[in-house]
Amino acid sequence: MQFVKLALWRCLVVMLVGLFQSVSAETIDQRTMLSITCSGCHSDENVGAIPSIAGKPAQYIEKALIDFRDDKRSSTVMGRHAKGYSDAEIKLIAEYFSAK
Amino acid sequence: MNNKTSRRRFLQLSGSVLSAASLGMWPLNLIAGNSGKPTTYRVVIVGGGFGGATCAKYIKLFDPSIDVTLVERDVRFVTCPFSNLVIGGLRDINSITHDYSVLKKKYGINVVQGDVVDIDAVKNTLLLKNGKSLPYDKAVVSPGIDFLWNSVEGYTEKDVDILPHAWKAGKQTIVLKSQIEAMPDGGVVVIVAPPNPFRCPPGPYERASLIAGYLKQYKPKSKVVILDAKQKFSKMPLFTQAWDTLYPGMIEWVAGTSGGRVTEIDVAKKTVFNELGDPIAGAVVNYIPHQAAGAIARKADLTDASGWCPVNQKTFESTKHKNIHVIGDSAVATPLPKSGYAANSEGKMCAAAIVSELNAAVMPDPSYSNTCYSLIGKNYGISVAAVYRYDGNKIIKVKGSGGISPIKADDSFRRAEALYTSSWYANITRDTFS
Ligand SMILES: Cc1cc2nc3c(=O)[nH]c(=O)nc-3n(C[C@H](O)[C@H](O)[C@H](O)COP(=O)(O)OP(=O)(O)OC[C@H]3O[C@@H](n4cnc5c(N)ncnc54)[C@H](O)[C@@H]3O)c2cc1C
Repeated sequence: MQFVKLALWRCLVVMLVGLFQSVSAETIDQRTMLSITCSGCHSDENVGAIPSIAGKPAQYIEKALIDFRDDKRSSTVMGRHAKGYSDAEIKLIAEYFSAK
Repeated sequence: MNNKTSRRRFLQLSGSVLSAASLGMWPLNLIAGNSGKPTTYRVVIVGGGFGGATCAKYIKLFDPSIDVTLVERDVRFVTCPFSNLVIGGLRDINSITHDYSVLKKKYGINVVQGDVVDIDAVKNTLLLKNGKSLPYDKAVVSPGIDFLWNSVEGYTEKDVDILPHAWKAGKQTIVLKSQIEAMPDGGVVVIVAPPNPFRCPPGPYERASLIAGYLKQYKPKSKVVILDAKQKFSKMPLFTQAWDTLYPGMIEWVAGTSGGRVTEIDVAKKTVFNELGDPIAGAVVNYIPHQAAGAIARKADLTDASGWCPVNQKTFESTKHKNIHVIGDSAVATPLPKSGYAANSEGKMCAAAIVSELNAAVMPDPSYSNTCYSLIGKNYGISVAAVYRYDGNKIIKVKGSGGISPIKADDSFRRAEALYTSSWYANITRDTFS
């Protein structure tokens, strides 16, 4: 009984969600911890000269970060940032933003 | 706290994209009703600036079931970032003024206008000036800075309209701007830069640059003199190079040991005295006082002898009082600088720490970054950046990361960084307030 009640409430809530402005929830994991400090500059929409990277293919973001880090791609500030992350961390960041 | 029900688990079950606001408004107690009578956790945040507003928003993003209250003294927030552009005539003050309507509506944050006068760390209660009190499970304190008024002789808090600091943006920004506009051509603008640590290390030098930019156009016989308590300053080689290029002969910087250290002020005569006793008079004097953590942090016994708040640098929980976290300028988060970007980064990590703890989960390793641009002229920007981690004990800069813009760079590089400066502003304020 409790379970049915819970399931019903859950359906109702999910239905109601569509009626309100949607906010994407964030999960607390390593991916998020590494990536949300980037969101200060890279938001979910293009705002001025700094591009949004939300929804870009993970491989594209990963390659860009590795190239910035290894000075294979020129940048103003991204090289200085990318040097702060390992290959594995860059992969996580790429996954996070591509899933946005 | 363990007997309280975690709604986070429920949220994770019900789908990845949920509206925080709609859930916040829904009678969640009913939803989670199979474990008795759950209580909602209450997080109360002091200060709706870069640290506090970001932390409030991210707690809601991580766990909409937490009841988040943001207490802010002012109805609107005028950012210090870009206030130097207002002083230099490149921006209107309205364009750097933000309100809390989106945080309220979109995220379901309770925004309370009020002045927090004390925190009772034993009863877990915040006391407001209007006599009301707010109980909390977790408190976050992000009040920015306050000034040490008695650090020079002859100057008190009452003198701020004559010798403005403009180190908290808003009315002070306009006072300084108006004084510069009213001064005669040929006048000297004296900027008295504070000793470390202070809010926004490159700030006084960006200000000198943008004032010189205004003077060059409208009062070309005028000058800017920076009297500095220090021997060197943030992005120094980049600033001096840019001054030689854009404003030759217009900006004079005086190091601490060369007579830059101001010890006394004659407010009526708009004259400052250095420790050698030399008088330096200005048509405008922008005295930036020595700084410490926001007054409420001192009142609530969160500061140590340094005047700033020691914290666990992973969770930002005060090392002096449990369940009170301090972020932003007030916290000792060195090597992170006292910047808006760092405060935003700290707000996010603190949110993750609090939500993890309330849900009895282990917080993953934190990561922090900073990016601070300084605009020197309309088309001339420079930056400093770095990435930071927690080494199990304290925050450290990741080796090899970060640094300042290259000293050897062409006009297009500086122009690109000027473009990124305004995009930075639009993005960081969006991430913090909407
Ligand atoms: C001229 C200048 C330029 C700057 N430029 C940049 C820049 O380009 N980039 C950058 O990253 N940083 C910049 N900064 C630094 C940045 O402004 C600060 O580091 C940042 O605001 C710190 O965030 P905070 O949350 O600690 O404090 P704040 O953002 O100042 O927020 C504190 C809030 O708490 C409120 N408050 C305080 N006490 C109470 C109380 N008792 N009750 C209720 N409310 C209270 C205040 O009203 C305020 O709104 C600049 C600073 C200056 C002065």
